[in-house]
Amino acid sequence: MRIHLAGVFVDDQQKALRFYTETLGFQLKHNIPLGEYAWITVVSPEDPEGTEFLLEPDAHPAVRPFVKALVEDGIPSTSFAVDDVQAEYERLQAKGVQFVQPPTDLGPVITAILDDTCGNLIQIQEQKPQP
Amino acid sequence: MDVYRAIADPTRRAILDELVDRSGQSLFEICARLTMKHGINSSRQAITQHLGVLEAAGLIRTRREGRSKLHWFEGRPLKAIAERWPISTDERDM
Repeated sequence: MRIHLAGVFVDDQQKALRFYTETLGFQLKHNIPLGEYAWITVVSPEDPEGTEFLLEPDAHPAVRPFVKALVEDGIPSTSFAVDDVQAEYERLQAKGVQFVQPPTDLGPVITAILDDTCGNLIQIQEQKPQP
Repeated sequence: MDVYRAIADPTRRAILDELVDRSGQSLFEICARLTMKHGINSSRQAITQHLGVLEAAGLIRTRREGRSKLHWFEGRPLKAIAERWPISTDERDM
């Protein structure tokens, strides 16, 4: 078994598509209209055949209170791997991305947490080389 | 809750250490730091209770920034301890 799909709930799919592609740098994989909404997935340019990331509408009534409670406690909806958290932090800040947690050394990992502007907090994480 | 009981607990002292390291942290960040840097694997619920004790003692304050609730260290109650039992000048030079 393999993980082929993960995702987040977003308050605006088109805005989310712009943020995840133009700002974060992922690539559009699928954009299939489904009535009011669409099936939108993005992939990493470093792994275009890899796990797809779904930008799912937050229309279900349970979603907004759930995501709101996560954000209140600073809990990220998901986490992306990067080679250099500090470099990504500087690159994304220059593009106007808001970080709720700057790069923080937690021992085996360095993490930072950003706001995806569509309702979620997203963690980026760098695995430090094992001694 | 008095300040003495609040700082009697090692987990609460670790929370204050981390908030001194960086002010304005969410519950998630505090829990991550406690786990990764102190090996403290208490539940989020337990940490929330510790934060409540620290806030009642005036050692932290919370504020909503955007959509998140963040925590700040407040050192004033500790200053009152130093003022109550001041260090004398000759001791300070030791």
